[in-house]
Amino acid sequence: MAGQPIELILARQFGDTLSQAVFLVDPEGNLLFYNEKAEMILGVRFGETGAMTQEEWSKMFQPKDEQGRPLSPEDLPLVKTLSDHKPAHGSFYISSATGERHLINVTSIPVEGRPHRFLGAMALFWNSVE
Amino acid sequence: MMKIKVWGCRGSLPSPGPENIVYGGNTSCIQIIKDDMCIILDGGSGIQRLGKIISPEIQEIHILLTHLHIDHTMGLGFFQPLYNPNTKVHFWGPATSVEPLLHRLRRYFSPPLFPVRLNELPNHPEIHEVGNSEFTIGPLKFRTSYIGHAGPTLGYRVTDGGKTFVYMPDHEPSLASVDFPNMPEWTSGYDLARDADLLFHDGEYTPDEYKTKIGWGHSSINDAINFGRICEVKKLAVFHHDPLNSDERLEEIYKDAMSQENPAYEVVLCKEGDVYEV
Repeated sequence: MAGQPIELILARQFGDTLSQAVFLVDPEGNLLFYNEKAEMILGVRFGETGAMTQEEWSKMFQPKDEQGRPLSPEDLPLVKTLSDHKPAHGSFYISSATGERHLINVTSIPVEGRPHRFLGAMALFWNSVE
Repeated sequence: MMKIKVWGCRGSLPSPGPENIVYGGNTSCIQIIKDDMCIILDGGSGIQRLGKIISPEIQEIHILLTHLHIDHTMGLGFFQPLYNPNTKVHFWGPATSVEPLLHRLRRYFSPPLFPVRLNELPNHPEIHEVGNSEFTIGPLKFRTSYIGHAGPTLGYRVTDGGKTFVYMPDHEPSLASVDFPNMPEWTSGYDLARDADLLFHDGEYTPDEYKTKIGWGHSSINDAINFGRICEVKKLAVFHHDPLNSDERLEEIYKDAMSQENPAYEVVLCKEGDVYEV
């Protein structure tokens, strides 16, 4: 049971207090946390998913573009941020665990600690009205 | 074996006076005694007395700073070995993303805070920036990581053979935690303090006082006890005593916390002049 760096602890605590959906991952893309609002959109509670790799979560919600074509993980803002350590933004469709289709807008940001340590990424997302 | 000597364990402000004879009034300063090395944690007002007993023959001194708040640095200019041309002093402290440690130290070593500038010392101190780092000084292994306190602040884990001393004089784990004290791995400082033989940890407030000081970067004594418990340390010495608290009041607070938390491990109040063997 390894301890988390202070920056991710505070990021998780921050995300837990927000009413916007938040998804937090480590530098390898492993899921660390998502908050209650994200649970509503994704249709599954954080406590039920357990640890997920980037490969797992990037496919689990079946991201698709406007034409219904599947998006590759590399097209997702959070994966882009993990790759280039820069903010990214995008809109796409997901299918929740309960089968609902959502159009979501996602903005992801890198989490960098002192001094310039890349510690993971945080995505904030909104459920758009189709 | 290493010895840990307390030269100052008061928080925030020196508080000399007859009411503070037992626990002392000097601010943070700890000496690690190992072989003939001179290793000091923090440069609060306690470092002034320590400087007076250090042999002028000693050639190298390491001063490791947790952070640069004034109660941890105010004694540096009065540390006599800094003015000894035969002594090399190393300053270790937290790196930031923006301003070098050297520049931040220069703020203290300059008017109006202090009349002597760093470049006016006979030997310019050597500066070492550390973050989440590992390094050695002689036979001692050091591990540092950023912990929950205002501004860039480090905790230190010092290992000598199989024995470990951890120093977190200013730390607010209940704020820097997802569900304190129930998720150790999501609590600031957990990795650093885990399984330590001796932990010095911030315990400035009573639980009621803490309610009005959340976010100030310090802990209640009860939170310090719970932090030690989840980290499974063998012994906790409560540090950073509130300058407003007399010896009598500190002992009342300690007794209350011990009866409320009933820790299954040893908990003491740090006293200036105490020496711990680890």
